[in-house]
Amino acid sequence: MNYEAVIGIECHVELKTASKMFCGCANRFGAEPNTLICPVCLGMPGALPVPNAAAIEYMIRAGLAFQAAIPAFSKFDRKNYFYPDMPKNYQISQYDMPLTQGGVVRYWLEDGTIRECRLTRIHLEEDTGKSTHAGSNDGRIAGSSYSLVDFNRAGVPLMECVSEPDLRSAEEAVAFLEMLRRTLMAIGVSDVKMEEGSLRCDANVSIRPVGSDVYGTKTEIKNMNSFRSVRRAIESEIARQRALLDAGERIVQETLGWDEANGTTISMRSKELAHDYRYFPDPDLVPMEISAERVAGVRAKMPPLPIDRFERYTKEYGFNVKQASQLIEAPEIADFFDRSVAISRQPQQTQNFVLGDLSRLANESGTPIHESPVTPEQLGELVALVDAKTINSKIAKELLARMWAGEGSPKAIVEREGLAQTSDPAALARFVDEVLAANAASVEEYRAGKTNVFGFLVGAVMKNSRGKADPAAVNALLRERLGG
Amino acid sequence: MSSNISSGAKEIARAVNARECSAREVVEATLARIASVEPQVGAYLSVLEREARDGADALDARIASGERFPLAGVPLAVKDNMALEGTVTTCGSKMLERWVAPYTASAVRSMLAAGAIPVGKANMDEFAMGSSCENSALGVTRNPYDLERVPGGSSGGSAASVAAYEATIGLGSDTGGSIREPAAFCNLVGFKPTYGRISRYGLIAFASSLDQIGPLTRNVEDAALAYDAMAGFDPMDATSVDRAVEPTANALREDLQGVRIGVVKQFDTHKLGNDIDDVYDRALHDLEALGAEIVEVELPTADYGLATYYLIAPAECSSNLARFDGVRYGLRVDGNDVAEMNERSRAAGFGPEVKRRILIGTYALSSGYYDAYYVRAQKARTLVARDFAKAFESCDLIAAPATSSPAFRFKSKSDPYSMYLMDYYTIPMSLAGLPALSVPCGWVTPEGGERAMPLGLQLTAPLFAERALLSAAHAYERATMHASKHPMQIAEVTR
Amino acid sequence: MSSENLDIAYVAKLARIALTDDEVARFGAQLGDLLGHVATLADLDLDSIPATAQVVESRNVTREDLERPSLDREVVLSGAPQRQGAFVRVPRIIGQA
Ligand SMILES: [Mg+2]
Ligand SMILES: [Zn+2]
Repeated sequence: MNYEAVIGIECHVELKTASKMFCGCANRFGAEPNTLICPVCLGMPGALPVPNAAAIEYMIRAGLAFQAAIPAFSKFDRKNYFYPDMPKNYQISQYDMPLTQGGVVRYWLEDGTIRECRLTRIHLEEDTGKSTHAGSNDGRIAGSSYSLVDFNRAGVPLMECVSEPDLRSAEEAVAFLEMLRRTLMAIGVSDVKMEEGSLRCDANVSIRPVGSDVYGTKTEIKNMNSFRSVRRAIESEIARQRALLDAGERIVQETLGWDEANGTTISMRSKELAHDYRYFPDPDLVPMEISAERVAGVRAKMPPLPIDRFERYTKEYGFNVKQASQLIEAPEIADFFDRSVAISRQPQQTQNFVLGDLSRLANESGTPIHESPVTPEQLGELVALVDAKTINSKIAKELLARMWAGEGSPKAIVEREGLAQTSDPAALARFVDEVLAANAASVEEYRAGKTNVFGFLVGAVMKNSRGKADPAAVNALLRERLGG
Repeated sequence: MSSNISSGAKEIARAVNARECSAREVVEATLARIASVEPQVGAYLSVLEREARDGADALDARIASGERFPLAGVPLAVKDNMALEGTVTTCGSKMLERWVAPYTASAVRSMLAAGAIPVGKANMDEFAMGSSCENSALGVTRNPYDLERVPGGSSGGSAASVAAYEATIGLGSDTGGSIREPAAFCNLVGFKPTYGRISRYGLIAFASSLDQIGPLTRNVEDAALAYDAMAGFDPMDATSVDRAVEPTANALREDLQGVRIGVVKQFDTHKLGNDIDDVYDRALHDLEALGAEIVEVELPTADYGLATYYLIAPAECSSNLARFDGVRYGLRVDGNDVAEMNERSRAAGFGPEVKRRILIGTYALSSGYYDAYYVRAQKARTLVARDFAKAFESCDLIAAPATSSPAFRFKSKSDPYSMYLMDYYTIPMSLAGLPALSVPCGWVTPEGGERAMPLGLQLTAPLFAERALLSAAHAYERATMHASKHPMQIAEVTR
Repeated sequence: MSSENLDIAYVAKLARIALTDDEVARFGAQLGDLLGHVATLADLDLDSIPATAQVVESRNVTREDLERPSLDREVVLSGAPQRQGAFVRVPRIIGQA
């Protein structure tokens, strides 16, 4: 039988605020254990939470980035369950009135196709601390004899993003996550680093016969800690489910863990009580009212979104997927590029400079492009000079190196040093004639049929003009003088 | 004056600010009083001798350098559910018997800033759940007017300490009547401000949407001074109200001309017995004599207050108290795994009343019962608040009993529900978040008792009308002076 | 509203409180009794009444995103029932959150 997969993603993203969600402790990864804690994030008796305004702002930004609705009214609820790294034994989260509702993630596949995956919601909550399981061989929870808890992460603002089951393959799931990551990074709300745990995701996977519109029984996969393992885990789970159905067996609804080493999903069923989270409105916090004006204010300050850039770069500018992706990957580089293009009006050539020479200079010097002395406007000027044939590409390269060293506007340098390309026929003729006169032997050779000296003669003319001659014009004139 | 601890807060502060006596002298006199009566009263779980002396000396030094404080040198009893950095803060529970608070509650901080000196952490019903103080897991507090009787609860230690002159101001917390009821039992003024007026930061939560800190004092003026020191927005408490606070202590009236006082039809005092009924009738006449107009008002949902409260408060407490799990602080009883450790720690750390409320609250929030219990109670709460709003269209204040009886004997309320009924008159105001106080209004000798015991008149005002409330209570107190009519069962304070 | 379904053992598990058989019986009876009293709320017509979570209507109380000092680790860990080095130690955890 032919099956199609139905996949939904749930992910948690830590917001990169300066302080935690409900207290002033630093929101910082990698600090000494239990040094970023206070009465509030430790859930000490009597301590109370006060929400971080920036985290709420970030949620609005995220909602807008994915075309979600920002309801006028939302609130915090308590999700009650016991876990030793969750200090209050309830998590402040959002249940029936989250800060954003709905929305859609538009993402691209490797071939440039754009797909959509609807979002159910994005809500705001607080992160838990971190347990290290000790006394077992592999540091895993199973078989451990005790755990050590670090509460530094407890109370870090966490965005939970739940998708609709709109994804149909592991490739789509990863492309969706990549898009989520790119977008959240571009709008400045998170570092979205899977390896530091600031992006964590679970996948719900089921399969059904192609053409069916009923959902199969789904399983939930946890513990995937890279995009690669997301892809492998989903592929492995689809294969497992297909084998079961083909063998006439049933899928059991359960939670699975991804075992990276063995490349399989394993059942995580435990004898825990069925979850009864007893959600209720947190009486320590007051509701949020987000006015249309406030939303408009956030919208006005939204940076360009990766998906919009992708469409512009590929459709308007004609870049291939790789070029577009490469630019978009680092929002600062894309910003730089966009500002340069605004001056140069030459997307393709500007892109060549940004991804080519400029990236090389950045790599060599260790200074990122947007922190170098070269401004986007200066690069735009440079490209425009090349485009107008005021300078040739060789001069442009030299100029770029000088701009990188801090010499400023290329236009100013060209004017100051008279570097503009020469296309004045009289001057060109003088350069050519001088070279022909000084290289009589080569001329002889050429006329004798050794045409490969032509390149040498062109180079000599260019050198004679100190690089300013228009190479095309030099070529033409030389051929004419040498008699074709 | 000397260091006379029978004085009110205003007089003590005046004398200390004027350097007629030192804060240290006031503290020494208070500590001496504590040493002499505490064996009988048992108001405190810990006495802060060293801290009080150091605090007094520091204050005296600042006064010597020219600073002045509205509550300079006033001895303060702090209910032991309020964090005071460096002191053991137990909440009356074995769970926190040895927990040293690493920070200070905002309200306590305000009192410190005003010059008050905490002299002890006062006993209370465990986690503020109770109406007699008998639910404390850590000590017995007796009513100074009759040592065989309870001081009331849950702020029983704060009430007994102030009544016994072991402090001038007691800080209490009121969730369903826990300031007003012990105030009535101990012949004090007990004042619960509007919900959100005083920061809850550092108050160990019982029911977050109801808890409110307030003072217990021997007169209205002291209550007003304490309120003035503590009221206001606190950036550490998102539920504290960001709204200008009118000072009250300088606006206390001597009459009730033009004040309409509502008497609740549903609160029929006849059913409390003739003696008690007479006291409340007399109180209404006294109010009238001061110029008030008495009008009848209705609170149709008054009888539903108790049911509403005993769902909402336990639901919130079941969640608030989940943090006591043996992991980060407090009592731990080991187990084979974390869940077992949690279960054993909580079994050993909590007393029966706390367990009962956690269980009922967990049930009321659990899947399948949430709408039938919790949501229904929240809706009923809306009706209770609306009833008050309607009643206040025809009156400025509401007068009612604070309790349905004077202080009762220890162990006389064995079934939990009969204890819950003690809060019948105070719970509706809590549900509506209204400012309310109890002021002494007369004495009765309970059946089978030998000593006259005080009763409290509960006055309630619309939201944020603390000034009108304290003002009326002050006029009534001045005109009647009920508080000073009968002796305590312990040594009188030397004057 | 009825208390017939009050499974006190299940509720105690949710609340993580170990109960003795005696307590199960006693609390079961007392809670059943209380549920009988609160059942009077069924008399009220509440269909069109909004729920009140908080009685004083504030909105949007937040704090600025500013870092503030944390507590001293030793102060915190010295109050913990069991520590190991810089960590709080707990018995083994069975099952996932
Ligand atoms: Mg979540
Ligand atoms: Zn913190």
